[in-house]
Order: sequence, then C-alpha cells, then structure tokens
Amino acid sequence: MTEQQPDPKKILFLNRRAPYGSSLPREALDAVLMASAFGQEITLVFLEDGVFQLKKQQDPSNIEMKNFSKTFGALALYGVESVYVEQRSMEKRGLTLDQLLIPAKIIQSSELGALLEEQDQVLSF
Amino acid sequence: MILHTVNRSPFGSDCLQSCLDIATIDSGVILIEDGVYCALANTELTELISTALTRHKIYVLSPDLQARGIADAVAEGIEAVDYAGFVELCTQFDKVVSWY
Amino acid sequence: MLMVDGQTIPTDKEGYLKNLGDWSNTVATAIAQQEQIILTEQHWEIISLLRDFYQQYEVSPAMRVLVKTVGLQLGKEKGRSIYLMALFPESPAKVASKIAGLPKPANCL
Repeated sequence: MTEQQPDPKKILFLNRRAPYGSSLPREALDAVLMASAFGQEITLVFLEDGVFQLKKQQDPSNIEMKNFSKTFGALALYGVESVYVEQRSMEKRGLTLDQLLIPAKIIQSSELGALLEEQDQVLSF
Repeated sequence: MILHTVNRSPFGSDCLQSCLDIATIDSGVILIEDGVYCALANTELTELISTALTRHKIYVLSPDLQARGIADAVAEGIEAVDYAGFVELCTQFDKVVSWY
Repeated sequence: MLMVDGQTIPTDKEGYLKNLGDWSNTVATAIAQQEQIILTEQHWEIISLLRDFYQQYEVSPAMRVLVKTVGLQLGKEKGRSIYLMALFPESPAKVASKIAGLPKPANCL
C-alpha cells in the first residue's frame, strides 16, 4: 500500500452499461478504486446506458445484489473528481444532473474524442 | 492516436454509432467478430460508413468475414486484414479502445 | 472459522467474516484476539468509523482513504498512518476491516 508511483498514468474508464444487467459496471468501479489507491489520475465517463449507473435512489436489495451505487459517493475521498456524463445519452434517457448521485460534468460526444486521446489508457466497461 | 475496435453488429447495438461519434479524425476503426456486419455493402448504414471513411481508415478482420459468409459483400473503401495485420495495426496506434 | 461462545462463525481463509451479519462486539474481540490485539477505546472508535463508512459506501476503505476519513472525523492527530499502525499493526486497513467484520479492502494487495 505504501508503494508510490513516481509517474501517475492518466486512465479513463468508459462506462457504457446499465448497472445490474451485467457485472461490468461493478468491475469497473472496483478497478477505479484500485487504480486510484495507487495514485493514478482517473477520469470517469458515462455513456449510453452507463449514465443509469449514477441514478439516485437505486435499491437492488430485492434482486439480491449489492448496492454498489453507494460507492460512487466515496470517489471524492479516493481523489476521483473528474466525472463526465455524455449529453445526448442523458437527454435520450430523460436524465438530468440533479437526478445523479454525484456531481458530474456534461460533455458532448464531439469533445469526448479529444479527452480520450489525451489519456495514457482507456478502459471500456 | 487511437485504434477503435468494434465487435457488435450495428443492427442491435450502439457500438458503431458511439464509436464514430467520438473517434477523432484520422483515428482508425477495426471491425471484428460480429462487428464485421458493419462492413456490409448495401445496408441502411451505407451513408454512415461512407461519411466515416472520409474521416477514418476502416479495417475489417477477414477471418471473421469469412466465417459469416460475407467476405464478398464488403463496402468499398474498407480494408480487410488478417490476424497479423490486426496485430500490426495495434502496434501502429498508441492505444486501443474497445467498443463491445 | 471462528469459535465464539460455543458458536461456529464461518470466515474465509484469511479470517474475514463470510456473513457480515455475524458480527458483534464479541465477535470483534475474538477476531482481534487472533490478530493478537486487545481492543481499547481507541480501537473501537476506528472500528465504529469503519462500519459507518461501509454502511454509507458499501466498500471497505483503502489505507489512504481510511487515514483521510479518520482525520476528517476524529481529528488530525489520529488521521495519520503511524497512529493507525500502532493500533492495527502491519496493515491497518486490512486488519481493522477484518475486526470490524467487513470485507477485505479490494484495493489492498
């Protein structure tokens, strides 16, 4: 745990799946926590159904799954503050920023390309 | 510069559309697995693909085309590559982003 | 496996509780004993903070996050690795989570 990375990498996590239909969103979040604990520079992008991951009021207790959406609240403590949601994905799904669990910035798909290019790694989930 | 891989059929997934919305000019796109259906000529995607070809080099993985019986139905301008060609492409671009 | 008051409590091979619901103060004391720790008020304060953290965020905090949270909630003096190391030697985030009946912090290798 005390290992320090001298040269933090810029890693972008591209989240495109709804929260409970597969294990990918959960795995992405685990990977985010792991990478941030090692001092990497993390950006999160939510696109397509991925924006549903951030919806407030999730309660999967009756489908026997863990409410990992609560973990998004801890991201700031993990030093992850760069969180984007794609504008059209939000719009198409009738979502607004005040319905999200954590503060996020709106980004246009046309701006996303540049954001992806400036990363050292882009991981899709 | 990014090489984007797309592995879903465009007729039931947003992968191709999202990828093309986001990919910056000159980045590469390679169609693999069910993504090779994106390469079909004479579909409702023809216009999307021909516009994309003005911005990107588009490749398609030939073993996946052959497997699906569509090797001779590929839209003009899309370049078929074999596995070695795919590997070669991965080394040419500085990162790979997968759409799946 | 852990024996508490004649009851068997399942744990994984590293000693983390399999069912988070099995936790109690007595169970915590038993896990601590296996770690050769005698729980004092200072320990309990951290254990309770960890349980609140998990309740709120569904995750056991990594070391850095634990230090930060302790600092925010219990004051700067305590929000230091050295303080936590003294209470829960070797790997405070792991050991304290175990005693608090929580899963192992996934991001601690």
